[in-house]
Amino acid sequence: MKSVFSLLPEQASTVAGQVDAIYLFLVAVSIFCMIFAGLLVLVFSIRYRRRAGVESEQPHEDSRLEIFAGVCMLVLLMTLFGWGAKVYFHSVRPPADAMEIMVTGKQWMWKLQHPQGKREINELHVPVGRPIQLTMTSEDVIHSFFIPAFRIKQDVLPGRYTRLWFEATKVGKYHLFCAEYCGTEHSMMGGWVTVMTPADYERWLGGEVAPIAGAPQETPAQLGEKLFAQLGCTACHSGAPGSLGPDLAGLPGSTVKFTDGTQAVADDDYLRESILDAQTHIVEGYLPVMPVFRGTVNEDQVIQLIAYIKSLSGGAH
Amino acid sequence: MSEASTNATATAAPKSYLDDGSTIRSWLLTIDHKRIAILYLISITIFFALGAFAAAAFRLELLTPQGDFLSAETYNKFFTMHGIVMIFFFLLPSIPAVMGNFLIPIMIGAKDMAFPRLNLLSWYVFMAGAGLAISAIIAGGVDTGWTFYTPYSSMYANSHVILAVTGAFIAGFSSIMTGLNIIVTVQKMRAPGLTWFRLPLFVWSMYATSLVVLLGTPVVAISLAMIFVERFLGFGIFDPALGGDPVLFQHIFWFYSHPAVYIMILPSMGVISEVIACFSRRRVYGYTFVAFSSLAIAVIGFFVWGHHMFVSGQSAYAGVIFSFLTFFVAIPTAIKIINWIMTMHKGSISFDAPMLYAFGFLGLFLVGGLTGLFLSTMATDVHLHDTYFVVSHFHYVMVGGGVMGFFAALHYWWPKMMGRMYPEGWAKFAAIVIFIGFNLTFLPQFQMGYHGMPRRYHAYAPEFQIMHVMSTAGASVMGAGYLTMFSYLIWSLFKGKKASANPWDSRGLEWETACPPPTHNFLETPVVTQDAYSFDLPSVTCVLEKKDKPEEHRV
Repeated sequence: MKSVFSLLPEQASTVAGQVDAIYLFLVAVSIFCMIFAGLLVLVFSIRYRRRAGVESEQPHEDSRLEIFAGVCMLVLLMTLFGWGAKVYFHSVRPPADAMEIMVTGKQWMWKLQHPQGKREINELHVPVGRPIQLTMTSEDVIHSFFIPAFRIKQDVLPGRYTRLWFEATKVGKYHLFCAEYCGTEHSMMGGWVTVMTPADYERWLGGEVAPIAGAPQETPAQLGEKLFAQLGCTACHSGAPGSLGPDLAGLPGSTVKFTDGTQAVADDDYLRESILDAQTHIVEGYLPVMPVFRGTVNEDQVIQLIAYIKSLSGGAH
Repeated sequence: MSEASTNATATAAPKSYLDDGSTIRSWLLTIDHKRIAILYLISITIFFALGAFAAAAFRLELLTPQGDFLSAETYNKFFTMHGIVMIFFFLLPSIPAVMGNFLIPIMIGAKDMAFPRLNLLSWYVFMAGAGLAISAIIAGGVDTGWTFYTPYSSMYANSHVILAVTGAFIAGFSSIMTGLNIIVTVQKMRAPGLTWFRLPLFVWSMYATSLVVLLGTPVVAISLAMIFVERFLGFGIFDPALGGDPVLFQHIFWFYSHPAVYIMILPSMGVISEVIACFSRRRVYGYTFVAFSSLAIAVIGFFVWGHHMFVSGQSAYAGVIFSFLTFFVAIPTAIKIINWIMTMHKGSISFDAPMLYAFGFLGLFLVGGLTGLFLSTMATDVHLHDTYFVVSHFHYVMVGGGVMGFFAALHYWWPKMMGRMYPEGWAKFAAIVIFIGFNLTFLPQFQMGYHGMPRRYHAYAPEFQIMHVMSTAGASVMGAGYLTMFSYLIWSLFKGKKASANPWDSRGLEWETACPPPTHNFLETPVVTQDAYSFDLPSVTCVLEKKDKPEEHRV
């Protein structure tokens, strides 16, 4: 681990270098401005210190200096804006082939679920050199998922999904913090991100020892399928003609029309809302008969149900 | 600056406002803006001490990575208390309610504020709000952070949120009353001849500040009232479990609380304009740019709140727009700094304590402004958000800018307010100690912030310990500076040298009456013929003292 005195902390993701480049540029600009202003104040303080018999000279009205400074500032600031926005957009748009890991925050721990079914708490194991997308939600208050070595952070909200992605570039162990104040044990809500070689990661997934004793090694989609049957969803969403509910195969990512004339893309947030509180939006051609599942299923189970619904379309999940 | 018809030192001395009644009643029921300013000064000094005590306690806790001195719960309550007390009950009223109240009527040649009774009411309302907030602390504390983020504050925190929120809500009305009073006073009560462009820049900046107060404070009151409604009555506004939106609170809260930063910094900028001009004996360079940049900052400040929310889950496109707009605040701010420095050019500079504090302001505020660029740039903000880098940045702005400006004002106008000089040597010493202590405290916080140290952490990763130890050591130095200042200022009230009417040979109207001024400021309304920075012309009071023939200077 790099010393806290070193100019830059450990860089372990593809965006870290890009963020650090902007940071270094800003540090250079700041030091230049401070030296320049400091020198002016020093020189003026010496040159124009109060001396007997020497009067001050009053300034003339002249706006050239202000306009010149304003224009210089504008150029510098717009450069920074553009550069920062470019790197930002790169860092918030996950590549299509990213591996999706589900994250649930709660006071005061992180629960993570790999697509292959492995689950862990306050630890995240990922392979090096592969884009990873985290789809995150919270069971209670706002948390924030922060990995300093990757230079990424995203608040994790109750009631909806937020996303974060990264591609680790260096095998090692890095801090995972909660960055949004979330109550008494906020500072304990964190752990480690372990970046492994792909081979080590596969071995870890196969897992001689399960990270949570007795934790099922089924994939989220498999768990979702069981839940789907347990909750009686199959009765209406079997896909058979004349069913009470819409067919769910092919639903994720498609555009759905509602009875009130509006429409929406069936993304994770839509699926989540439809599972928990179907009455909010009724799909055209169906009746408002689906019961409310808020309070019946928890966030982890919603994630599993969504994974199952996605698997019906033959997606990667 | 003007041909003042009277001079308190020269005519048969009218009673100074300090001697005009000595009963407790004469203070608590006063409608004299100067006495009300003193009531505010005493109150905010007590709150500053309370906020500093909380800071001292958690800086001690942070000496070691484990939480050993305070429990996690107590630590959280202490940083919350530090934030609430310092922002709502010290910084926001500091310059506006103390210096603004005391100086604005005198600077514009008026006898009092436009609404003297409203002015007194504002102090009582302020104390009522503070009383509630302090009762929350005594009852066991609040642990939400001063930002009161929902749904933690509305549904999850098990502390006295309602009391604290109500306290801040009520204190807001006091700000509104003071702001309204200042706007009306400046608008309607300027002495004959005192045109807008002859106004001291302090008055311009207080005017801009008051606009922000009037437009912004009701919005924070709404956001706090919404917490109350959700927490107390269970209305679902912010908690998604009740059908609310947690990010909505952040939008409403920052819509006020970002402009609130300018409520804390604009008055200081006004002070710095006065002090640098006076101690350089030179008219402020680019007066109109400095005056209008205050208004520009006040206006642009209302359109940038979303830069607190780049990682909150708001739309990435909203984030881009807020980042873009935020950069525009930097332009008027930079122009002000350039103009202050250029004011010294070809001046005749002396280095009395107020000027040293102004230098301190320039240095620290410049760092605060430059590090603001790191946070308005989206890519770097994602990494820096909610780390010690942000903590350090806003302390450079609000303490380095706001508090250093307040101290510069306190020293510059101390003879005017109290009629006594502070001890110059000690004051210079304290200014230097506070400046060094401040940098020792907060420079390490930038470094550990970039290395990923999150804010509001009771226990932390061991590699950050060395930086925390440096920071606590710096805070001790700074604390020693504050105590020194407090001691010599109290000492000077009794033993300080009597001040002459115009100890700095300034040109502002406030220096043309006695130190301390009589109850009605001027015996007759002055007529103004020049601006407040006419250092090429003799001061009226100085002429009066030299010639000792006041009758030559009639209206």
